[in-house]
Amino acid sequence: MRRLLFRRTLFGLFTLWVVSLVVFLATQALPGDAAQAILGREATPERLAALREQLNLGGSLPEQYFGWLGQLLSFNLGTSLAGGTPVVSAVGPMLLNSSILMLCAAVIAIPLAIGIGTWTALRKDSAVDHVTGIITLVLASLPEFVVGVLLVLLLATGVFHLFPAVFVLVPGEQVWSNPAQLVLPVLTLVLAVSPYIIRIMRATMLEVLESQYVQQARLKGLPERTVVLRHALPNAIGPVAQVIALQLAWLIGGVVIVEFLFRFPGVGFQLIDAVTNRDLPVVQALVIVIAIFYVAVNLLADVVTLAANPKVRTAS
Amino acid sequence: MSTAAPTLEVEDLKIIGIPSMAAIVEELSLEVRPGEILGVVGESGSGKTTLGLALLNYCKEGTRLGGGKVSVAGQQLAGLNWRQVRQLRGRTVAYIPQSPASALNPALRISTQLKECLSGPAAQVLERVRQVLREVALPDDDAFLARYPHQLSGGQQQRVAIAMAFTARPALIVMDEPTTGLDVSTQAHVLATVRSMCRTYDCAAVYISHDMAVVAELADRIAVMYSGRIVEMGGTAEVLSNSRHPYTRRLLLAVPDLLAKRPMIGIPGHAPSPLARPQGCAFAPRCPLADAGCGTVAPAATEVGPRHTVRCFKSEQPLPPLQLRNPSISSAPAAGRKPVIKIEGLTAGYGSKTVLEGINLQAYAGECLALLGESGSGKTTLSRCIAGLHHNYTGDISLDNSTLAPSSFKRTKDQRRRVQYIFQNPYESLNPRRTVEELILQPVTAVRGKVSNAREIVATALERASLRPDHARRYPDQLSGGERQRVAIARSLATEPEVLICDEITSALDVSVQSTLVDLLRGLQAEMGLTLVFITHNIALVRNIAQQVAVLERGRIVEFGEVERVFADPQHHYTQSLLTATPNFQLPDRLSTP
Ligand SMILES: Nc1ncnc2c1ncn2[C@@H]1O[C@H](COP(=O)(O)OP(=O)(O)O)[C@@H](O)[C@H]1O
Ligand code: SF4
Ligand SMILES: [Mg+2]
Repeated sequence: MRRLLFRRTLFGLFTLWVVSLVVFLATQALPGDAAQAILGREATPERLAALREQLNLGGSLPEQYFGWLGQLLSFNLGTSLAGGTPVVSAVGPMLLNSSILMLCAAVIAIPLAIGIGTWTALRKDSAVDHVTGIITLVLASLPEFVVGVLLVLLLATGVFHLFPAVFVLVPGEQVWSNPAQLVLPVLTLVLAVSPYIIRIMRATMLEVLESQYVQQARLKGLPERTVVLRHALPNAIGPVAQVIALQLAWLIGGVVIVEFLFRFPGVGFQLIDAVTNRDLPVVQALVIVIAIFYVAVNLLADVVTLAANPKVRTAS
Repeated sequence: MSTAAPTLEVEDLKIIGIPSMAAIVEELSLEVRPGEILGVVGESGSGKTTLGLALLNYCKEGTRLGGGKVSVAGQQLAGLNWRQVRQLRGRTVAYIPQSPASALNPALRISTQLKECLSGPAAQVLERVRQVLREVALPDDDAFLARYPHQLSGGQQQRVAIAMAFTARPALIVMDEPTTGLDVSTQAHVLATVRSMCRTYDCAAVYISHDMAVVAELADRIAVMYSGRIVEMGGTAEVLSNSRHPYTRRLLLAVPDLLAKRPMIGIPGHAPSPLARPQGCAFAPRCPLADAGCGTVAPAATEVGPRHTVRCFKSEQPLPPLQLRNPSISSAPAAGRKPVIKIEGLTAGYGSKTVLEGINLQAYAGECLALLGESGSGKTTLSRCIAGLHHNYTGDISLDNSTLAPSSFKRTKDQRRRVQYIFQNPYESLNPRRTVEELILQPVTAVRGKVSNAREIVATALERASLRPDHARRYPDQLSGGERQRVAIARSLATEPEVLICDEITSALDVSVQSTLVDLLRGLQAEMGLTLVFITHNIALVRNIAQQVAVLERGRIVEFGEVERVFADPQHHYTQSLLTATPNFQLPDRLSTP
């Protein structure tokens, strides 16, 4: 098990390295002059030279790459071209905000989806099961910005006026200072990721419930609660963890859209900003951060799946 | 055997399938007394599992109780609420399922699975768990308790399942084919355990099996099920020596004789499904005694002796003489025979693991060579090497003195035509999207290209495999297990092969079907001069079909020679242990001369 994890971690690091290469090639080593591309046609030669200096655009390609990678590894991400502040202090707070948003979504969505999935599996073919099936299918087929807009219409501007439609961060306060503002963005994300998890959980659970060992547990006279929690759930969780990881990794894409929709001050919002401003160092930093998140979530899913399988756990 | 009040009483039980409302089990009455083991035998689909589960007040998905009474230890199951049913399960009635590998939860330690059968102080529960483990001859230390099911062998898993059932000292235990799929030596251990546990606890038991030989060894009483009803029930000795129902008698004749003194005779046809049960006696379409009266009303259960009942109008009549297709096999080797397949110094493995070592074998033209061994002994790997399906070997395999290439792709078309392979499981080996005709033509076009007389080839192949011409248009899932395996045989015969490799081809099928297949193969051997390589773990089958036998143990041949000689005087202790572990089922005299 340890060796397997070690291998997965190495693979994750390799993935990150490939990402860094792609990011570098796509942003700095583009044919033509990155500095020119950023500053536009009317740039003065002095300003171009200064920017080239700042972006390490001198020297051969490998030299440029390793210089850049070295800076990256020492957390020296350069300064934002737009604000002139160091990238680390520009990205840091946004990263924190987005993490909070996603954490809230994940903490609500995962247990909820596993619960609903299990529950509908236990009530297979009942009215609740059919209704849940339809709702999840509809939600899964709607893009998240549609879900977000519908929520805004329903809960913020149209029918009810319960929550603010956009996020307003009062300077000096934290995103969680006014929890009501968080409700709609979190709810949108929850509705976006849950349907898949519910559906896969239901399917896996049905399979497990039909297995011989669940029948045997019932024939042993165990209470239904024990049958489900002790005998069925641990066997269903492994396969579902993979889907949850995919959904979480996908969540970060959803975050970009949701943050834009609610004007939430997070990495997604910042990424769109940075791309529009051609703020190269910030774009690079954000893409790398997102890649790290992807790799970490998938690694976590592997750990859960492996840990849920005693064959792997007990193999020396 | 006690005369105490019965532990289990079933009266007129009926279980129906939904939504078809067809009766899966019907008019079923029986009783089992404390300490008594009732063996329930019948072909697959006869309703044995459905009955077994009903004794725990459990209906499989898609089935429902349709009437009747079940009472266990004085409690009427129908009158209990779900809480009382739960109390009853595991404590008063316990269940040992067919396949322990799938009935033990893979995610839980065996200590958890054993302890949860009991309630009470933890130390007391643990002590009891250790005690049962010792009783089923398993280690009782903490290290063993901490294991997961996958860390146990098949026999150990089954013994854990038995321990699990006995932990709470139930009054009744229901076992559904607990030894199917186990090796003979493991089976012998498990049966001995079951017997001693029932005796220790004076526990009533219902032992479900399709294997008459096993039931005859273990049970005090036998109930024979056919198409959802008990057609004959009585004391074991009584049912064996004085069987009254034609089905029981045919079933007894279908059991292969360990000494091969009598031929094994299958029952032609197959059992009706609950949806298409004929009116009147369900056995009528296959019954040699049937007449018009049998097809109108179903016979009621009548008493023919003490605690011996039969459902047949003609229970007094003997069976008519049977038509035997191949009355005897020539067990003496013919003079001047020559080897078709010759294997020299074969060593094979998967990756770095060696599973076969130093194999030397010959199969003679027109004879049957049996490969006998328990699961994991390398039988299938060896046969796959011969067929060119497994390339990772060193050594020499030759067909008629010309060496075969390891991979079947590198063999000539003619070599491929001459050696054909039949797989173990007919449910998996036939492509469900092709008709029987297409399936049969596949190997033909593979070795001969497009053929002009396709229709003729199919017709001959079907006839040889004793299938009807109209089977050609069917798809595999419209056929029974036995018919599917015949299609597999027809497919392999279509290329006019000389060597037929049969890998456990009867192990997924009922005894009655197994016998008809063996009979068929022997006929083909005589008519076409086929050479058979017959892989099996069943000694009785070897004695009934083969002239030569090679006994495999952990990848080595421990004994090789003529069947008669090897079994009359086994040299290797492994062969000896296999022989003693196999139930030696002997027919009562009255039946043995058909
Ligand atoms: N829901 C159902 N509806 C109709 N027939 C069923 C249903 N479930 C099982 N059967 C049929 O009931 C018969 C008995 O099944 P089972 O008790 O499993 O037999 P056995 O254990 O003897 O093999 C089989 O023919 C099976 O196909
Ligand atoms: S009742 Fe008739 S058909 Fe049925 S078993 Fe007896 S003789 Fe055969
Ligand atoms: Mg069964």
